[in-house]
Amino acid sequence: MSPRFEPISGRYMHLELLGKPHRLYFEEAGQGIPLVCLHTAGSDGRQYRGLLNDTRITKNFRVIVFDMPWHGKSSPPAGWQDTEYRLTSRDYVRMIVEVADALDLDKPVAMGCSIGGRIVLHLAHEHPDRFRALIGLESAAHTEPYYDLTWLDRPDVHGGMVCAGMVSGLIAPVVPAAEKWETLWHYMQSGPGVFKGDLYFHMIDGDIRGRVDQIDIKRCPLFLLTGEYDYSCTTEATLDVAKRTGAPATIMQGLGHFPMSEDPDKFVSYLLPVLEKIRAP
Amino acid sequence: MIEKIADRVNADTGLVRRGRFVNTTFMIAIDDKCTLLRIQEGKVAGVLSGPFVTPDYSFCLRASRAVWEKFWQPLPPLGYTDIFALVKQKLMQIEGDLHPFMANLLYFKDVIASPRREAKR
Repeated sequence: MSPRFEPISGRYMHLELLGKPHRLYFEEAGQGIPLVCLHTAGSDGRQYRGLLNDTRITKNFRVIVFDMPWHGKSSPPAGWQDTEYRLTSRDYVRMIVEVADALDLDKPVAMGCSIGGRIVLHLAHEHPDRFRALIGLESAAHTEPYYDLTWLDRPDVHGGMVCAGMVSGLIAPVVPAAEKWETLWHYMQSGPGVFKGDLYFHMIDGDIRGRVDQIDIKRCPLFLLTGEYDYSCTTEATLDVAKRTGAPATIMQGLGHFPMSEDPDKFVSYLLPVLEKIRAP
Repeated sequence: MIEKIADRVNADTGLVRRGRFVNTTFMIAIDDKCTLLRIQEGKVAGVLSGPFVTPDYSFCLRASRAVWEKFWQPLPPLGYTDIFALVKQKLMQIEGDLHPFMANLLYFKDVIASPRREAKR
Protein backbone atom coordinates (compact mmCIF):
# COMPACT_ATOMS: atom_id res chain seq x y z
CA MET A 1 0.00 0.00 0.00
CA SER A 2 1.43 3.36 -0.98
CA PRO A 3 1.55 6.07 1.67
CA ARG A 4 -0.99 8.85 1.82
CA PHE A 5 0.17 12.36 2.61
CA GLU A 6 -1.92 14.99 4.34
CA PRO A 7 -2.05 18.51 2.86
CA ILE A 8 -0.73 20.04 6.10
CA SER A 9 2.63 21.79 6.29
CA GLY A 10 4.36 22.42 9.60
CA ARG A 11 7.11 24.93 10.30
CA TYR A 12 9.06 26.40 13.17
CA MET A 13 9.01 30.16 13.53
CA HIS A 14 11.49 32.17 15.57
CA LEU A 15 9.97 35.37 16.91
CA GLU A 16 9.90 37.75 19.82
CA LEU A 17 6.90 36.84 21.94
CA LEU A 18 5.95 38.48 25.23
CA GLY A 19 9.34 40.23 25.16
CA LYS A 20 11.38 37.03 24.84
CA PRO A 21 12.77 35.02 21.93
CA HIS A 22 10.61 31.98 21.19
CA ARG A 23 10.69 28.98 18.89
CA LEU A 24 7.10 28.32 17.92
CA TYR A 25 5.65 25.45 15.91
CA PHE A 26 2.65 25.96 13.67
CA GLU A 27 0.79 24.06 10.97
CA GLU A 28 -1.31 25.31 8.13
CA ALA A 29 -3.42 24.17 5.21
CA GLY A 30 -5.71 25.84 2.71
CA GLN A 31 -6.05 29.26 1.22
CA GLY A 32 -8.24 32.30 1.64
CA ILE A 33 -9.39 33.98 4.84
CA PRO A 34 -6.90 33.27 7.66
CA LEU A 35 -8.49 31.14 10.38
CA VAL A 36 -6.27 30.99 13.47
CA CYS A 37 -7.19 28.04 15.71
CA LEU A 38 -6.39 27.93 19.43
CA HIS A 39 -6.04 24.62 21.26
CA THR A 40 -7.28 23.78 24.74
CA ALA A 41 -5.38 23.88 28.04
CA GLY A 42 -2.64 21.27 28.35
CA SER A 43 -2.92 20.07 24.76
CA ASP A 44 -1.63 21.23 21.36
CA GLY A 45 -2.53 21.99 17.77
CA ARG A 46 -3.06 18.34 16.80
CA GLN A 47 -6.60 18.82 18.09
CA TYR A 48 -7.37 20.58 14.79
CA ARG A 49 -6.09 17.73 12.55
CA GLY A 50 -9.61 17.19 11.19
CA LEU A 51 -10.07 20.81 10.15
CA LEU A 52 -6.64 21.02 8.52
CA ASN A 53 -7.57 18.00 6.43
CA ASP A 54 -11.10 19.04 5.50
CA THR A 55 -11.29 20.50 2.01
CA ARG A 56 -14.76 21.91 2.69
CA ILE A 57 -12.95 24.33 4.99
CA THR A 58 -9.53 24.68 3.41
CA LYS A 59 -10.90 25.62 -0.02
CA ASN A 60 -11.95 29.01 1.42
CA PHE A 61 -9.91 29.38 4.60
CA ARG A 62 -6.20 29.32 5.36
CA VAL A 63 -6.31 27.29 8.57
CA ILE A 64 -3.38 28.14 10.87
CA VAL A 65 -2.80 26.28 14.13
CA PHE A 66 0.08 27.15 16.44
CA ASP A 67 1.24 25.31 19.54
CA MET A 68 1.40 27.83 22.36
CA PRO A 69 4.81 28.18 24.04
CA TRP A 70 5.31 25.24 26.46
CA HIS A 71 2.86 23.14 24.38
CA GLY A 72 3.23 20.52 21.64
CA LYS A 73 6.35 21.11 19.56
CA SER A 74 6.81 24.72 20.66
CA SER A 75 9.54 25.25 23.24
CA PRO A 76 9.21 26.97 26.56
CA PRO A 77 11.35 30.13 26.73
CA ALA A 78 14.97 29.70 27.84
CA GLY A 79 15.24 29.60 31.63
CA TRP A 80 11.90 27.80 32.02
CA GLN A 81 13.40 25.35 34.49
CA ASP A 82 13.48 27.98 37.22
CA THR A 83 9.94 29.27 36.75
CA GLU A 84 6.41 28.07 37.35
CA TYR A 85 4.35 28.30 34.17
CA ARG A 86 1.16 30.31 34.62
CA LEU A 87 -0.90 31.62 31.73
CA THR A 88 -2.43 35.07 32.25
CA SER A 89 -5.11 36.89 30.26
CA ARG A 90 -2.67 39.63 29.38
CA ASP A 91 0.00 37.28 28.01
CA TYR A 92 -2.54 35.13 26.17
CA VAL A 93 -4.12 38.08 24.35
CA ARG A 94 -0.71 39.51 23.52
CA MET A 95 0.59 36.17 22.25
CA ILE A 96 -2.28 35.75 19.78
CA VAL A 97 -1.95 39.30 18.45
CA GLU A 98 1.84 38.96 18.16
CA VAL A 99 1.62 35.64 16.31
CA ALA A 100 -0.97 37.09 13.91
CA ASP A 101 1.31 40.09 13.32
CA ALA A 102 4.38 37.88 12.83
CA LEU A 103 2.52 35.92 10.14
CA ASP A 104 1.30 39.19 8.62
CA LEU A 105 -2.33 38.10 8.81
CA ASP A 106 -4.85 40.69 7.64
CA LYS A 107 -7.98 40.63 9.81
CA PRO A 108 -7.92 36.91 10.58
CA VAL A 109 -10.75 34.92 12.09
CA ALA A 110 -9.75 33.49 15.48
CA MET A 111 -11.38 30.34 16.82
CA GLY A 112 -10.51 28.89 20.20
CA CYS A 113 -11.73 26.05 22.38
CA SER A 114 -12.10 26.05 26.18
CA ILE A 115 -9.30 28.41 27.32
CA GLY A 116 -9.32 29.41 23.63
CA GLY A 117 -13.08 29.87 23.84
CA ARG A 118 -12.53 32.16 26.81
CA ILE A 119 -9.73 34.18 25.22
CA VAL A 120 -11.82 34.99 22.15
CA LEU A 121 -14.15 36.80 24.57
CA HIS A 122 -11.12 38.82 25.76
CA LEU A 123 -10.17 39.47 22.11
CA ALA A 124 -13.74 40.57 21.36
CA HIS A 125 -13.54 42.97 24.29
CA GLU A 126 -10.03 44.36 23.76
CA HIS A 127 -9.27 43.98 20.05
CA PRO A 128 -12.53 43.82 18.09
CA ASP A 129 -11.08 45.73 15.14
CA ARG A 130 -8.15 43.35 14.59
CA PHE A 131 -10.32 40.35 13.74
CA ARG A 132 -12.80 39.66 10.97
CA ALA A 133 -14.79 37.41 13.32
CA LEU A 134 -14.33 35.34 16.46
CA ILE A 135 -15.58 31.83 17.17
CA GLY A 136 -15.78 30.54 20.73
CA LEU A 137 -15.94 26.79 21.25
CA GLU A 138 -16.97 25.80 24.78
CA SER A 139 -17.00 29.46 25.77
CA ALA A 140 -17.81 30.48 29.32
CA ALA A 141 -17.12 33.80 31.01
CA HIS A 142 -15.72 31.94 34.02
CA THR A 143 -15.23 28.37 35.28
CA GLU A 144 -15.05 27.57 38.99
CA PRO A 145 -12.44 24.97 40.02
CA TYR A 146 -14.20 21.71 40.89
CA TYR A 147 -11.18 19.68 42.00
CA ASP A 148 -7.84 20.30 43.69
CA LEU A 149 -5.55 21.40 40.84
CA THR A 150 -2.38 20.42 42.73
CA TRP A 151 -3.03 16.79 41.70
CA LEU A 152 -2.10 17.78 38.15
CA ASP A 153 1.56 18.44 38.95
CA ARG A 154 3.25 16.46 41.69
CA PRO A 155 6.05 13.94 41.40
CA ASP A 156 4.17 10.98 42.90
CA VAL A 157 1.39 11.07 40.27
CA HIS A 158 2.03 10.60 36.53
CA GLY A 159 1.15 14.03 35.14
CA GLY A 160 0.13 12.86 31.69
CA MET A 161 -2.12 10.13 33.03
CA VAL A 162 -3.85 12.29 35.62
CA CYS A 163 -4.41 15.14 33.15
CA ALA A 164 -5.93 12.70 30.65
CA GLY A 165 -7.97 11.18 33.46
CA MET A 166 -9.32 14.55 34.51
CA VAL A 167 -10.46 15.52 31.01
CA SER A 168 -11.64 12.08 29.84
CA GLY A 169 -15.16 12.60 31.17
CA LEU A 170 -15.52 15.86 29.26
CA ILE A 171 -15.55 13.90 26.00
CA ALA A 172 -19.02 12.88 24.79
CA PRO A 173 -19.63 9.17 25.44
CA VAL A 174 -20.94 8.68 21.90
CA VAL A 175 -17.87 9.72 19.86
CA PRO A 176 -15.57 7.26 18.03
CA ALA A 177 -13.18 5.53 20.45
CA ALA A 178 -10.13 6.24 18.25
CA GLU A 179 -10.75 10.01 18.30
CA LYS A 180 -11.41 9.98 22.05
CA TRP A 181 -8.13 8.20 22.77
CA GLU A 182 -6.22 10.39 20.29
CA THR A 183 -7.53 13.41 22.21
CA LEU A 184 -6.38 11.87 25.50
CA TRP A 185 -2.99 10.95 24.02
CA HIS A 186 -2.26 14.65 23.48
CA TYR A 187 -3.01 15.27 27.16
CA MET A 188 -0.72 12.42 28.18
CA GLN A 189 2.15 14.16 26.37
CA SER A 190 1.83 17.55 27.99
CA GLY A 191 4.84 18.93 29.89
CA PRO A 192 4.81 18.90 33.69
CA GLY A 193 2.60 21.60 35.17
CA VAL A 194 1.49 22.97 31.80
CA PHE A 195 -2.18 21.96 32.08
CA LYS A 196 -2.26 23.34 35.62
CA GLY A 197 -0.61 26.57 34.45
CA ASP A 198 -3.22 26.99 31.72
CA LEU A 199 -6.00 26.39 34.23
CA TYR A 200 -4.70 29.38 36.21
CA PHE A 201 -6.04 31.44 33.31
CA HIS A 202 -9.15 29.30 32.92
CA MET A 203 -10.26 29.21 36.53
CA ILE A 204 -8.71 32.31 38.13
CA ASP A 205 -7.13 35.06 36.01
CA GLY A 206 -9.33 34.83 32.92
CA ASP A 207 -12.65 35.63 34.62
CA ILE A 208 -14.42 38.03 32.24
CA ARG A 209 -17.89 38.01 33.82
CA GLY A 210 -17.66 41.68 34.69
CA ARG A 211 -16.89 42.76 31.10
CA VAL A 212 -18.92 40.44 28.89
CA ASP A 213 -21.70 43.03 28.61
CA GLN A 214 -19.23 45.45 27.03
CA ILE A 215 -18.52 43.18 24.04
CA ASP A 216 -19.83 44.80 20.87
CA ILE A 217 -20.59 42.13 18.26
CA LYS A 218 -21.26 44.82 15.64
CA ARG A 219 -17.57 45.71 15.73
CA CYS A 220 -16.55 42.07 15.47
CA PRO A 221 -19.05 39.23 14.94
CA LEU A 222 -18.88 36.53 17.61
CA PHE A 223 -20.21 32.99 17.22
CA LEU A 224 -20.55 30.42 20.01
CA LEU A 225 -20.61 26.62 19.65
CA THR A 226 -20.73 24.31 22.68
CA GLY A 227 -21.00 20.53 23.00
CA GLU A 228 -23.97 19.28 25.01
CA TYR A 229 -21.84 16.90 27.12
CA ASP A 230 -19.42 19.59 28.36
CA TYR A 231 -19.83 19.88 32.13
CA SER A 232 -16.80 22.17 32.52
CA CYS A 233 -17.81 24.97 30.17
CA THR A 234 -21.51 24.21 30.36
CA THR A 235 -24.17 24.94 27.79
CA GLU A 236 -25.80 27.21 30.39
CA ALA A 237 -22.57 29.23 30.68
CA THR A 238 -22.36 29.61 26.89
CA LEU A 239 -26.01 30.61 26.62
CA ASP A 240 -25.40 33.22 29.31
CA VAL A 241 -22.58 34.73 27.21
CA ALA A 242 -24.89 34.63 24.19
CA LYS A 243 -27.65 36.40 26.10
CA ARG A 244 -25.32 39.10 27.38
CA THR A 245 -23.54 39.76 24.07
CA GLY A 246 -26.25 38.98 21.50
CA ALA A 247 -23.90 36.47 19.84
CA PRO A 248 -25.61 33.47 18.20
CA ALA A 249 -25.01 30.21 20.08
CA THR A 250 -25.45 26.63 18.93
CA ILE A 251 -25.51 23.63 21.25
CA MET A 252 -23.83 20.74 19.43
CA GLN A 253 -25.48 17.35 19.94
CA GLY A 254 -23.28 14.33 20.57
CA LEU A 255 -20.17 16.40 21.33
CA GLY A 256 -18.33 17.39 24.49
CA HIS A 257 -15.51 19.71 25.50
CA PHE A 258 -13.17 18.96 22.54
CA PRO A 259 -15.51 19.04 19.52
CA MET A 260 -12.84 19.52 16.83
CA SER A 261 -10.81 16.58 18.15
CA GLU A 262 -13.34 14.11 19.56
CA ASP A 263 -15.49 13.92 16.41
CA PRO A 264 -14.09 16.19 13.66
CA ASP A 265 -16.74 15.31 11.05
CA LYS A 266 -19.64 16.05 13.33
CA PHE A 267 -18.00 19.28 14.47
CA VAL A 268 -17.41 20.47 10.91
CA SER A 269 -21.12 20.03 10.18
CA TYR A 270 -21.76 22.64 12.90
CA LEU A 271 -18.85 24.88 11.91
CA LEU A 272 -19.53 25.16 8.16
CA PRO A 273 -22.70 27.31 8.48
CA VAL A 274 -20.78 29.68 10.76
CA LEU A 275 -17.90 29.96 8.30
CA GLU A 276 -20.38 30.60 5.48
CA LYS A 277 -21.81 33.53 7.44
CA ILE A 278 -18.30 34.88 8.01
CA ARG A 279 -17.49 34.60 4.30
CA ALA A 280 -20.68 36.34 3.21
CA PRO A 281 -19.99 39.95 2.24
CA MET B 1 -25.20 -3.07 39.71
CA ILE B 2 -22.25 -3.08 42.08
CA GLU B 3 -22.16 -6.89 41.99
CA LYS B 4 -21.31 -6.71 38.27
CA ILE B 5 -18.05 -4.83 38.80
CA ALA B 6 -15.81 -7.81 39.63
CA ASP B 7 -16.78 -9.87 36.56
CA ARG B 8 -16.68 -6.92 34.17
CA VAL B 9 -13.26 -5.74 35.37
CA ASN B 10 -11.61 -9.14 35.65
CA ALA B 11 -12.74 -10.08 32.11
CA ASP B 12 -11.23 -6.91 30.66
CA THR B 13 -7.53 -7.67 30.14
CA GLY B 14 -6.76 -4.12 28.94
CA LEU B 15 -8.26 -2.59 32.06
CA VAL B 16 -6.52 -5.08 34.36
CA ARG B 17 -3.25 -4.23 32.64
CA ARG B 18 -3.86 -0.49 33.15
CA GLY B 19 -4.34 -1.19 36.85
CA ARG B 20 -1.49 -3.67 37.23
CA PHE B 21 0.18 -1.60 39.97
CA VAL B 22 -3.03 -0.96 41.92
CA ASN B 23 -3.29 -2.67 45.29
CA THR B 24 -5.88 -1.04 47.54
CA THR B 25 -9.35 -1.35 49.01
CA PHE B 26 -11.90 1.34 48.26
CA MET B 27 -15.52 1.91 49.18
CA ILE B 28 -18.63 2.63 47.16
CA ALA B 29 -21.44 4.12 49.25
CA ILE B 30 -24.97 4.04 47.84
CA ASP B 31 -27.06 6.07 50.28
CA ASP B 32 -25.96 4.48 53.58
CA LYS B 33 -25.23 1.06 52.05
CA CYS B 34 -21.46 0.59 51.87
CA THR B 35 -19.44 -1.93 49.85
CA LEU B 36 -15.70 -2.52 50.01
CA LEU B 37 -13.87 -3.52 46.82
CA ARG B 38 -10.40 -4.99 47.20
CA ILE B 39 -8.14 -4.49 44.17
CA GLN B 40 -5.08 -6.68 43.73
CA GLU B 41 -2.77 -6.01 40.77
CA GLY B 42 -5.67 -4.50 38.83
CA LYS B 43 -8.13 -7.34 39.48
CA VAL B 44 -11.12 -7.15 41.80
CA ALA B 45 -10.06 -9.71 44.40
CA GLY B 46 -12.91 -9.24 46.86
CA VAL B 47 -16.27 -7.53 47.29
CA LEU B 48 -17.64 -7.17 50.82
CA SER B 49 -20.99 -5.64 51.69
CA GLY B 50 -21.53 -3.67 54.92
CA PRO B 51 -22.52 -2.68 57.45
CA PHE B 52 -19.00 -2.43 58.87
CA VAL B 53 -17.79 -1.63 62.36
CA THR B 54 -14.26 -0.53 61.44
CA PRO B 55 -13.99 -0.43 57.64
CA ASP B 56 -10.42 -0.13 56.39
CA TYR B 57 -10.16 1.52 52.95
CA SER B 58 -8.24 4.22 51.11
CA PHE B 59 -11.00 6.28 49.50
CA CYS B 60 -14.76 6.27 49.19
CA LEU B 61 -17.17 7.45 46.48
CA ARG B 62 -20.48 8.43 48.03
CA ALA B 63 -23.75 9.30 46.27
CA SER B 64 -27.45 8.61 46.50
CA ARG B 65 -29.03 5.55 44.90
CA ALA B 66 -30.86 7.75 42.38
CA VAL B 67 -27.54 9.25 41.25
CA TRP B 68 -25.75 5.89 40.96
CA GLU B 69 -28.65 4.43 38.98
CA LYS B 70 -28.43 7.24 36.43
CA PHE B 71 -24.63 7.01 36.34
CA TRP B 72 -24.78 3.27 35.61
CA GLN B 73 -27.22 3.47 32.70
CA PRO B 74 -25.64 2.22 29.43
CA LEU B 75 -25.84 5.79 28.09
CA PRO B 76 -26.21 8.03 31.15
CA PRO B 77 -28.19 11.27 30.87
CA LEU B 78 -26.33 14.57 30.43
CA GLY B 79 -24.55 15.50 33.65
CA TYR B 80 -24.26 11.86 34.78
CA THR B 81 -21.62 10.55 32.39
CA ASP B 82 -18.56 11.03 34.60
CA ILE B 83 -17.60 11.00 38.28
CA PHE B 84 -16.38 14.60 38.12
CA ALA B 85 -19.59 15.75 36.45
CA LEU B 86 -21.29 14.50 39.62
CA VAL B 87 -18.65 16.01 41.91
CA LYS B 88 -19.02 19.40 40.21
CA GLN B 89 -22.79 19.30 40.77
CA LYS B 90 -22.21 18.18 44.38
CA LEU B 91 -24.07 14.94 43.68
CA MET B 92 -21.05 12.83 44.62
CA GLN B 93 -18.37 13.07 47.27
CA ILE B 94 -14.91 11.53 46.96
CA GLU B 95 -13.34 11.28 50.39
CA GLY B 96 -10.33 9.75 52.14
CA ASP B 97 -6.82 9.20 50.81
CA LEU B 98 -7.22 10.26 47.19
CA HIS B 99 -3.69 9.34 46.12
CA PRO B 100 -4.40 5.83 44.78
CA PHE B 101 -7.52 7.17 43.05
CA MET B 102 -5.84 10.15 41.37
CA ALA B 103 -2.66 8.24 40.49
CA ASN B 104 -4.81 5.67 38.64
CA LEU B 105 -7.69 7.88 37.57
CA LEU B 106 -8.31 6.40 34.12
CA TYR B 107 -8.29 2.92 35.67
CA PHE B 108 -10.70 3.71 38.49
CA LYS B 109 -13.05 5.67 36.22
CA ASP B 110 -13.49 2.60 34.03
CA VAL B 111 -13.74 0.23 37.01
CA ILE B 112 -16.48 2.31 38.58
CA ALA B 113 -18.34 2.76 35.28
CA SER B 114 -17.95 -0.94 34.33
CA PRO B 115 -21.56 -1.96 35.21
CA ARG B 116 -22.66 0.18 32.23
CA ARG B 117 -21.15 -2.27 29.80
CA GLU B 118 -22.68 -5.44 28.42
CA ALA B 119 -21.08 -8.60 29.78
CA LYS B 120 -18.54 -10.13 27.42
CA ARG B 121 -19.88 -13.36 25.93
